[in-house]
Amino acid sequence: MITDYLSTVDWSRAQFAMTAIYHWLFVPLTLGLGVLVALMETLYVRTGDEFWRRTTKFWMRLFGVNFAIGVATGLILEFEFGTNWSNYSHFVGDIFGAPLAIEGIFAFFLEATFVAVMFFGWNKVSRGFHLTATWLTAIGANLSAWWILVANAWMQHPVGCDFNLETVRNEMTSFSEVALSPVAVNKFFHTVTSSFTLAALFVVGVSAWYLLRGREKRMASKSIALASVFGFVFALATAYTGDRSGAIAAQTQPMKLAAMEALYDGGEGAPLTVVGVLRPEAERSSNDDAFHFRIDIPKLLSVMSFRDAGAYVPGINDLLAGNAERGILSAEEKMRRGRAAIDELERYRTARNAGDTATMEAVSRLFDRSTPEGEAFLRDYFAYFGYGYIDRPEQLVPNVPLLFYSFRVMVGAGCFFILLLAVVWWLNRRDRLASKRWLLWVAVWTIPLAYLASQAGWIVAEVGRQPWAIQEMMPVGIAASKIPSGSVTTTFFLFLALFTALLIAELSILFRQIALGPKND
Amino acid sequence: MDTLSLLQHYWWFLIALLGALLVFLMFVQGGQALLYDLGRTEEERNLIAHSLGRKWELTFTTLVTFGGAFFASFPLFYSTSFGGATYVWMAILFCFVLQAVAYEYRRKPANVFGEKTFNIFLMINGILGPLLIGTAVGTLFTGAEFTVDRLNLAGEGGAAVISQWTSPWHGLEAVANWRNVLLGVCITLLALTLAAQYLMNDIADETLRQRAARRMRQVSVAFVILFVVWLVALLLADGATADAAGVIVLEPYKYLHNLLVLPYVAVTLIVGVVAVLWSIRLGWNGSRRAIWFGGAGSILAVLSLLLLAGWNQTAYYPSLSDLQSSLTIANSSSSLFTLRVMAWVSLFIPVVVAYVWYVWRALNRRPLTREELHEGGPQY
Repeated sequence: MITDYLSTVDWSRAQFAMTAIYHWLFVPLTLGLGVLVALMETLYVRTGDEFWRRTTKFWMRLFGVNFAIGVATGLILEFEFGTNWSNYSHFVGDIFGAPLAIEGIFAFFLEATFVAVMFFGWNKVSRGFHLTATWLTAIGANLSAWWILVANAWMQHPVGCDFNLETVRNEMTSFSEVALSPVAVNKFFHTVTSSFTLAALFVVGVSAWYLLRGREKRMASKSIALASVFGFVFALATAYTGDRSGAIAAQTQPMKLAAMEALYDGGEGAPLTVVGVLRPEAERSSNDDAFHFRIDIPKLLSVMSFRDAGAYVPGINDLLAGNAERGILSAEEKMRRGRAAIDELERYRTARNAGDTATMEAVSRLFDRSTPEGEAFLRDYFAYFGYGYIDRPEQLVPNVPLLFYSFRVMVGAGCFFILLLAVVWWLNRRDRLASKRWLLWVAVWTIPLAYLASQAGWIVAEVGRQPWAIQEMMPVGIAASKIPSGSVTTTFFLFLALFTALLIAELSILFRQIALGPKND
Repeated sequence: MDTLSLLQHYWWFLIALLGALLVFLMFVQGGQALLYDLGRTEEERNLIAHSLGRKWELTFTTLVTFGGAFFASFPLFYSTSFGGATYVWMAILFCFVLQAVAYEYRRKPANVFGEKTFNIFLMINGILGPLLIGTAVGTLFTGAEFTVDRLNLAGEGGAAVISQWTSPWHGLEAVANWRNVLLGVCITLLALTLAAQYLMNDIADETLRQRAARRMRQVSVAFVILFVVWLVALLLADGATADAAGVIVLEPYKYLHNLLVLPYVAVTLIVGVVAVLWSIRLGWNGSRRAIWFGGAGSILAVLSLLLLAGWNQTAYYPSLSDLQSSLTIANSSSSLFTLRVMAWVSLFIPVVVAYVWYVWRALNRRPLTREELHEGGPQY
């Protein structure tokens, strides 16, 4: 039975990851292109130039093709928290449900209501109202992202909550801590700025294709002028918020940072690996044997993590074995404390079933933060509750190669985007871009690279959180629903087939719409 | 009533309201089910799809918000029902994914699968969406096979799961209860009735209007008969209720008692039913105004029925496996803090309703015509 449950957990992880990956194929373009389209329409309303109306309607058409499938995959993600992760839904639903509900009320209705005006209101409402609707659609999409990322950030760094023994769940104690946690704020800005960059690269790439074909030259040039500046600014912002993400991970998720860097032995003045090739897992146990080869920048990891060249950065081995000098508990010790906390829950259950109110009251005092013994128990034992479900310390290490390489794909691609957008903007401004055919091809092929980088970013964020569903509070192994693995496998392949079929249709339609160009607008 | 209890009742009201709005907005699904029935030519089908397509997002968003609000206010239901009756919910999700892309892709060149495939997607969603949702909602009155023990969390592996489904059918067993299926059929027939009324309102085409009126007459008669059967069965049925100590007991004629104890809910139900009947009468004669009475009546009727399911200490999700595991708004809600925060958030809802209404009026000011399809511009 437990074997089947573990299999259910793995398939549930696969199903959620698959849905999230597909969802994220469509969302960043919606977030960024919505804003770009709104900017273009603003130019139309301000200048009255029909050219900008046609340009706006063309990019809006591509926005529409992409929009619907993002909505569809988003619906599945929301409900999968219940279907696949029922323990999770109960254990933290008091906190996690709120952002999802607020997203629906504040953001999704805004987006859904005004998107109809945006597409179909051109001849039905005034110019000003239409422009407002376009902006509200873009704002609604990004507001939606805010609340989803608040929820996701809370999984990475749970704050503003406390455990309630009576309801056996975590309950919210501070809405502002949840909604405005530094992790959430940074995650939002990193995600939307990177999405704006992706959308800008999409516009630049498609426009470059028109220039290569010698078509739609004015629209392509003007679109590149707008999107390259837009993309350049937000690519820089992505780099800034990405740097902040690293520093935040050092504080809140040190294992994720250590795995991203394949840093096995921590130390002061830790170097940052720019590139490297990892050895197989069985051969990796320390910094000396982790790589076939690597290129380091001395002390840079310490600087990026703690803004101090001499700062100590813990490695994977330190976090597993503990480091008394640095005040790091060993994984074994955390697991022991976590089990002690779970044992108290079990003692409470046994007492409840036996009607032993004295023992129930004794356990209740341990979970009461207002008493000295409760304060000590919650700090010294319950704080490690999630570790109590971990069987072996090695389970606490996420997939190092996947994180290491994904991180470098994301960062490397991000640096390239900044350079490309700057060069494209400069040459377009000088009216020399159309003659640089190799660069136009680079711009076209940068579109898939932007998607790869975007997906790599989420792999770093989510794979780096493993084995936790909620950082240090609940491992994925205990968060899942109790459903037969066969049923999850069935729905996994069903949705995989459906999403793939719809992706093929989406790409086919998108390519055809691009080939048709703005002539019908 | 203390603050927590007040907020639990308030949030159940909002959940009921969202559910009621969802049932009304499922006229979009009803219209999709009638796509080939009313639309005999490609032009007519395009007219219907374009009319409904401008509203599909609202139905979809209401469904998402309904899910999010349920999660935020009654998370134990979310974890119990979604994590247990998985097959049913997955089937519902599957057919809504089909809808989301079908409008956008059906007439786009190079859509790979052809217009007919996406039309079939719309019809699948149009029939199965209301049928499955109605059947699933039926279990709020008839119960489901699950147990809940929060302290399972002290266990290991699968035993640590708080809410456990005791039927291997994971929700499909709901179809074995005729009352669940009957509610599903009623919701589907109501969606068809409202769809015919909406299309009569939104499309200025005499052929389609007459066809819609004829279909509405047939469907609405079936709906009224079956709904009366379902309602009588409900009022005669036992219901699970929590006593003063929170112990769940079965009470004969529970929902009838609720109706008598909550007279304002009874009045709402009666007004809603009368409004729906009036809309049918108007639609019978081909009136364009039928949808306004049908919509308002559906919202009021469904709202009152869902209030009957959750208010007055009623277990809104009775457990057939272990009566004490049944969910009430008191034992399954979020904390006082969260409900209070969410109550502040809910004050924004009238603003949402206001701008949705404004935009609806702006886009529906003039009924659609065949000529508009040939004017160019974006179309579904």
